[in-house]
Amino acid sequence: MSNGNGSTMVEKILASGAGVKKAVPGDLVNVQVDLALGNDITAPVAIKEFQRFGLDRVFDPEKIVLVPDHFTPNKDIAAAEQAMVLRRFAEKYGIRHYYEVGRMGIEHALLPEQGLVRPGTVIIGADSHTCTYGALGAFATGVGSTDLAAAMAIGEAWFKVPVTIRFEYDGTLPDWVSGKDLILATIGRIGVDGARYRAMEFAGPVIEKLSMDGRLTMCNMAIEAGGKCGYVQPDQITFAYLEGRVTEPYTAVYSDDDAVYEEVISFDVSMMEPQIAFPPSPDNVRSVSEAAGIKLDQVVIGSCTNGRIEDLRVAAKILKGQKVHPRVRLLVIPATQQIYSQALEEGLLSVFVEAEAAVSTPTCGPCLGGHMGILAGGEKALATTNRNFIGRMGHPESEVYLSSPAVAAASAVAGTIVHPEEVI
Amino acid sequence: MILEGKVWIFGDNIDTDAIIAARYLSTTDPEELAAHLMEDIRPDFPKLVGRGDILVAGSNFGCGSSREHAPLAIKGAGIACVVARSFARIFYRNAINIGLPILECEEDLTGLASGEDHLRIDLERGAITHLQSGREYRASPFPPFMREIISRGGLVGYVQARLNKQ
Repeated sequence: MSNGNGSTMVEKILASGAGVKKAVPGDLVNVQVDLALGNDITAPVAIKEFQRFGLDRVFDPEKIVLVPDHFTPNKDIAAAEQAMVLRRFAEKYGIRHYYEVGRMGIEHALLPEQGLVRPGTVIIGADSHTCTYGALGAFATGVGSTDLAAAMAIGEAWFKVPVTIRFEYDGTLPDWVSGKDLILATIGRIGVDGARYRAMEFAGPVIEKLSMDGRLTMCNMAIEAGGKCGYVQPDQITFAYLEGRVTEPYTAVYSDDDAVYEEVISFDVSMMEPQIAFPPSPDNVRSVSEAAGIKLDQVVIGSCTNGRIEDLRVAAKILKGQKVHPRVRLLVIPATQQIYSQALEEGLLSVFVEAEAAVSTPTCGPCLGGHMGILAGGEKALATTNRNFIGRMGHPESEVYLSSPAVAAASAVAGTIVHPEEVI
Repeated sequence: MILEGKVWIFGDNIDTDAIIAARYLSTTDPEELAAHLMEDIRPDFPKLVGRGDILVAGSNFGCGSSREHAPLAIKGAGIACVVARSFARIFYRNAINIGLPILECEEDLTGLASGEDHLRIDLERGAITHLQSGREYRASPFPPFMREIISRGGLVGYVQARLNKQ
């Protein structure tokens, strides 16, 4: 524990949201919410609770975002009914940030892309991967449906101010090693509850050079270490990403030099291999060489973790001129309509189709075992998604391994888990 | 409030996919959800568990997804209380918010006999008694702010009270 009097970025954002001068870990604060998000699974529960208030308005229709992304395009009648609950609620309360199929995307790829995420703001989402937005210097955290209902009514949420762990990454990223590998290595080091109730600050020379897509991937999986949020302090890469997307004003917030951290954990990445999380836990992480030879039935490239344009580019680079192994089904799911369109323009989609991959419209689909690629008993999948719990992608006796898009693409060609170098 | 019931033991890092698999998330009805509680890790559990039973787990209970369907399924099954060494944070706030009693107890109770041993729980005092042996365990008390949410039956009651004041 360092002994400064300074504050971390998260402490400052929470203090400002609560209208107090200083917030220190352990304080319980009620904060004003700048954005509140729900999807087709969590919002119906929230809407049911919200109706108990008997209100004819939400606190601010501009600050509510509804994205039907989990079981859409509607997988069955029940899913269709749930999606309709969102659509009708958005109509009734004048919620403009409702994103329909064909214009939408996976929420955590969509919100930053649409310029809804601003540095220094407080964002809650009834989805655990809401922590993704920390990549843009926001305090963003997953909550439940009742929290969302309360926020839609009064625009506030309660929080205990978390302690912060700082993660420093030093060295030079080897070829084929990405933000996904950094976060898997981190979760592997500290465990699925290693950052429980804590904020995770990602920093150091490697992060300073890491692309926004890579940062979004890292912050996305803070929850897999139990983190309340993950974040990167705003810098030139952040501002370049925000340019042309964000129209509302914002104030970037930074941790003080003498901020107090519970712990500082350092990594030298120069010798790091691509990382694989073995089933059934995201902290069961080993190097790709230890996974060599594991036979695959399905490979999924997509999700809020790794369905962005950079992910598709690296996958296409590997798949160009190659064919998916005859035993393997490769699913590629661009995370948003805009990413889909960009991938189309860049010729990436034809690379996937010619490699005999199935390319889907944006959906969370297989990541949570919803639809679009459910596994049978005994099947093994390698996925660029975020969780590999028992039954996560289908049958309780199926298995999910987690990796970067590069490893996933290469392994789809090889039919077994391999280092990308073996396929290129 | 005093609760008394049979315990069911689960280990560490029980995730919300294990508590209620995503394929059942097309409903928000607690009883429908309860019919599939813990199905993928203990298929017979929905049949075994009864009203008033107590769920005991190790650390990081409820990790993973934010689905409120997880505490709803537990509540729907009639489980009176969840006692764990620690809870994942979203599950923790969801349980408080929907009025499902939970207690964090640093002592490891996962050695109790699942489906046989009984506990008595005094929620206000945070006292847990193992009925067979009479042994007492202490749970961490809730801060006053959370006690207020709990006393109003969850966050909706708490927010309603605030809206009424306005």
